[in-house]
This record gives sequence, C-alpha cells and structure tokens, in this order.
Amino acid sequence: MNPSPRRREHLIGLRGMPKECIERILDTAAETKQIFGRAVKKLPTLRGQVMVNLFYEPSTRTRTSFELAGKWMSADVVNVTVSASSVVKGESLIETAQTIAALGADIVVVRHPAAGVPRLLSRVIDASVINAGDGMHEHPTQALLDLFTIREAKGTVRGLHVVLVGDILHSRVARSNIWGLLTMGARVTVVGPPTLIPPGLESLGVRVRFDLDAVLPEADVVNMLRIQRERQKDGLLPDVREYRAFFALTEERLRLLRPDALILHPGPANLGVEIVPQVLDDPRARIHEQVTNGVAVRMAVLYMLTGGGGRGVAA
Amino acid sequence: MAWLLKGGRVVDPAAGVDQVMDVLIENGVIAAAGHLSGAPEAAGARVLDCTGKVVAPGLIDAGARLGEPGFEHRETIATACEAAAVGGFAAVCALPETNPVVDDPGGVRFVLEASARAPVRVYPMAAATRQAAGQRLVEAGLLKRAGAVALADPGGIQNGGVLRRVLEYARMFDLPVVERPRDASLAGDGVMHEGAAATVRGLKGIPAAAEEAAVARAVILAEMTGARLHLAPVSTAGSVELVRRAKERGVPVTAGTTPHHLTAVDEDVEAHDARWKVDPPLRTEADREALRDAVRDGVVDVIFTDHAPFAREEWELEFDAAPFGISGLETALALLLHDLVLPGRLPLAALIERMSVAPARLFGLPGGSLAPGAPADVTVIDLQAARIVDPESGRSLGRNTPFAGRRLTGWAWAVLVGGRLVMHEGRVLDA
Repeated sequence: MNPSPRRREHLIGLRGMPKECIERILDTAAETKQIFGRAVKKLPTLRGQVMVNLFYEPSTRTRTSFELAGKWMSADVVNVTVSASSVVKGESLIETAQTIAALGADIVVVRHPAAGVPRLLSRVIDASVINAGDGMHEHPTQALLDLFTIREAKGTVRGLHVVLVGDILHSRVARSNIWGLLTMGARVTVVGPPTLIPPGLESLGVRVRFDLDAVLPEADVVNMLRIQRERQKDGLLPDVREYRAFFALTEERLRLLRPDALILHPGPANLGVEIVPQVLDDPRARIHEQVTNGVAVRMAVLYMLTGGGGRGVAA
Repeated sequence: MAWLLKGGRVVDPAAGVDQVMDVLIENGVIAAAGHLSGAPEAAGARVLDCTGKVVAPGLIDAGARLGEPGFEHRETIATACEAAAVGGFAAVCALPETNPVVDDPGGVRFVLEASARAPVRVYPMAAATRQAAGQRLVEAGLLKRAGAVALADPGGIQNGGVLRRVLEYARMFDLPVVERPRDASLAGDGVMHEGAAATVRGLKGIPAAAEEAAVARAVILAEMTGARLHLAPVSTAGSVELVRRAKERGVPVTAGTTPHHLTAVDEDVEAHDARWKVDPPLRTEADREALRDAVRDGVVDVIFTDHAPFAREEWELEFDAAPFGISGLETALALLLHDLVLPGRLPLAALIERMSVAPARLFGLPGGSLAPGAPADVTVIDLQAARIVDPESGRSLGRNTPFAGRRLTGWAWAVLVGGRLVMHEGRVLDA
C-alpha cells in the first residue's frame, strides 16, 4: 500500500473531528442552501473535476443526493454501482478503486458494507475520499445534515437533548450522530432493545435507556432510526409487533413529545414499523427538510474538500 | 563438531541457573557448563563469543501454522522453519490447520519427512477429530506412535459430548489435547473484541464470554475425565481466573497465550488494516494486565506464536472479509523482550521458562534444558540489538503482522539445534 503522492483531504467520520470544523461545514451548508431558490442551481467550484460515486450497497437516496450536490457544483459525476452479489466479498476492492482513481477521479464517494473501507481507500488511491456509509462505522454526511437540520430549527445544538431510537448496534447513522452531537455539546440518549444497543456506549458519554415513553417528554430532538426486518431473522428481535409496542413513534407517543421538539428520520422509513404515517404530517417532523439539507451539506463538504475551505475536514 | 559458547549469561530456568559461564557442546548434546578453561578450544571446539549475550535453552513454539500441506501460497515448511530460526526458535509444533487436515498417521509422517532437512525441529500435532470436523475420534494411539505430540482441532471442539470422548480417549495414551476455547455460537460473526473499541469502529464484537464459556466447559470435562487439557490461546481475565481456580483444584489443565495478546489491545486495532484481525481478538487493557500477571505467576504456562501466515491478497482486504491471524514467528521473542522483559514486567528466566521449558514438558519433547546430556538446542539472545520490524525482508511468506514498522529492542542472535549452528545474526545457515 503506497500512500497518496499528493496530500488529499478526506471525510471518513465525525469521531475526532474538531468542533470548529463541523461548524465550518454547517456554515458553508447554510450558504450552499441559498442557491436552491435560484432558477439556475449551479456553482462553478468543481468545474473540470471528476467525482465518482462508488456504491457497493444499493442506495437511491444518498447516491442521488451526492450526485445532485456534485452536479450543482459543476463536477463531472459518474456513478459506479457494484452489486454485492456480483463480487466475491472483498475480491477486488483495492483494484477497483485504484482503477477508478487512475481514470482521473478527483473525488471518490464510497459506500460499502464493511467498516473501514473509506479509510483503506484513502490510503491507496490519489483522490479525496468521502464516506457515504461504511458498515456499522460511520455515515458522516447524514449526521452533518441532521446537525444542520437541528441547528436550522433550534439555532444551536449545544445543550439540546437528542434521543436516538432503534437499532443503534447496526447503525452508522447513530454512531456518526453520537460523535457529532457530543462534539457540538448536545446530550445524547439512545433508546432501543438491549439486543440492539452496542456495548460501551456509557463509557463514551451516551445515556442508554429502554423506556421510550419515559424519555420522550424530555427530548428536544428525537431521531427515529430505520429498523431492518432482518433483525428478526438474526434472532435480535422477537417480531415487529413487539418492537412497535415499545419503540415505534405512534400517534399516542407523538402526544408525549413536547410541542417544540423535532422529529428526524434518516429515511427511507418503514412506515408502520418504527414510525406511523401520521408522523410524516406532524408539524414537528423535519424529515423532508432533511433530504433538502442533505444536498446542501454535501455541497459544502465537496466545496471544503476541494480547497474551498482550506484544510481541516480530514478527520 | 564441538562448539564452545563462551562467556554468555546462561539462563537455564530448569536448573535455576542465571550466571555468566561457558557452555560446551559435543556430539549434539550439552557436554559441560561452567568456567571452562582453554581446553575445549585446544581440543578443536569452535568458539562462539557470547559475551554480553544471553544463552538459553532453545525456544520451542507450542503452536504454529506451517502452511503444508495445502496452503503453500501462505507458507511452506521450509520458509516457516527459516522464520522460526530467525525468530530464535529451535523447534516448532505444527498445528494441523492444513489441507488435507493432518488427522492420520500418514499426515504426521508427511510433516516429519517434509521437515527432515529444515533448520529447526518440527513436531507435528494432529487434529483431535477426523477432518477437524468436531465429530469422530481420530486414531490417537497410532498418531502418537507416528510422532504426533498432541491433538488439536483448529477451531476448537464445539460439541461438548465429542470433547468429552476426545479427552477420555486421549488419556489412554497420555496425549495432551490442545483445545482452542471458542464457543462459535457466542463468537458469531464478530471480528474484534466486543466492547467500546468495537462500537467506535463499527466492527462486530466477539464477547469475552465466547472464550470463557468454552474454558469453563473444557475445564469441567478435564476434571471429569482426568485427561491432559491444554487451553490455547486464552486471552481474557475471566479465562485466566477459571484456569487459576481449576489448577488450585488439581485439574490437569495448562494454558497458553500469545505475544500479541500480551502486548496489544483492542484500542490498537485499525479497522482499515486487517493485519489487526486475530482470533481470539485483542482484548482490553484489563485483560492484557491479567494475562501478564498470569504469565508471570505461571497460571498461564506457555507463550506460543499461534503463527498464522496469509498471502497478501488474502489479508489486504476489508476487515470483515480478511481471515483471522497474525504471522508471528519472527517477531514473537522480540515483542516479548521489548514490551515485557526489558521494562521489567517479566523476568527473563520466566519468559524462557514459558517458551522453552514449559512446552518441552507439556508435549514431552527433548529440550528445555542446558544440563549436561541434554540435546544441544540453544537460543542466544542479544538484549541490546534494536531493529525495525520489516515483514518484507522476513523469511516467512506471511507478511501479515500489525507490528510492521515497530522498533524493537532484544532479538535472537544465534540458534543451535542438536549442536548445529542454524542461525547466526539473522542469517539461516545451511546444513
């Protein structure tokens, strides 16, 4: 493994990223978001640069969001979707990435089912690597857009009580949120069944609770994570009925939530599992706003990684 | 040929010796030790000036994968034995993680024949069950007669009833059963130690309980059957405590651990670098402390490499996809000297006991002693030598070590096997 010949900036995760750095991304996103109102949604920043979306997992939302962000920044965007079933696991990861870099990619946005892959790629290819989700590790742009959405609605993240609900164990969204929220001075509580809570969270400064009804009234933000139905098969959940009874955001539980609370969901939602459809229409929900903000935040990250914001997004 | 190892600090734990003296080797055995005058030189003995070095009974690795038969792209018996010699070993016990699995006398004979010209001694271990599938008994008696020194299933025996029968049956031949304590149902598809470090890295965890539950069960079965059980590797504080209590009750159990478990912890693991992926996984600081105490106190009897070489294309992968294992023959002694002995955490005599005397006793091997008449297997150690670990220039084909790039002080300087100098200053010498 040879190190990159040029110093490139990468976005691998939020753990360890300094507060000032997160703030700079959010500030930049506030500016990029302004072009959404314009007739011509285009900034010239990445003209002549090649951005490759290298996706080893299907994801319409995140890939489309990155694609739009790249296009509105004037990059040439190429989507490479590697079907998990068509490759033996791990077979040619490094070679594929090196090929893509050799074709002239300046930015590689990678999603992969295995933790550590974006960092691994950043060591072997000469391009800026953006983590679009790696296994259970991190999904930093999702957490940044959640932080942006919270800050936009509340003015600040500091001092807020943010509750993450659901499958924390398998969730890279939860992890990136936890690190970003703690850095920004929020209090973080996770709620879910013990089989879906990873060990050691308390030692990292996170409160762990199993009683959602007791936590909801004291939440400023509640972020409902997606529940994969496979967890039943894995023997980690009895069934959906049981999960709904204790952890779904239902109409009754909406009444426990304060009027000024925010409801987030990283999407796509399993309606009737972790949330009921009525949540989408609740005035406290920011679920559609999150999608819009996702593009703004990703534009900000692209801008900063490619020199617009100077160094410092390398965490 | 006669050798005079002159002026070294002789550390012979079996005899309780730790003093500067000469060692004379004649006809492949230790002829004399003490302050020998010029007579041996006059008689034509070649002199190896060991001034400032440590002269110890030859180290014996109680468990390494030698690649053959079947995985020659990872390692061959020739390359593994050269790596062992460079690492300071005079002998290695070959784990039966092979293809075909060494589970019959023919397999044992193959390993013995293939290693006949190797620089170090090779002692084959055989699978504890046919195909190491954890179901049917192997021909323990015939295997022992062919030269197998122990029975060991690479993945541990999952079925308690089978483990009981294996122990019961092996007892008839006084053949030790090496059990890798690992409850596969608890280990699941974890890839590193379950805990905060795994949570942060987003990697699936293997709980300490996956090992400890297997240790507890195996200890109970050893007690029931009276068979000789060797648990290796153990990696957690809980396992150490179970072994300690079993020994206090008089259960015929011994335990081994590895250089990596004694030196590294889960916080060291880099999720983008699968060279850190090993099973049992690197545990916590508290576990490492407990293991160090146990090695010092003798609750853990043996330190062995668990050498697991892999080809680059096998380990240069995503952490989840890469195989478990660290290539360790060349770095084991240096890591332990650097991290444990030189900082004063483990007496040198204790290290040599765990890496030479104890394996010899456990598997009934010649060696582990510098007493007159003992086979002249000797490891000479330079405690001042400092080198950077560079797998690319190593002898092993397996370059998968997370310790690459570390500067370590304390390396093997020479190895003699049966009175023949097989390694000197990092060079492997021809027969």
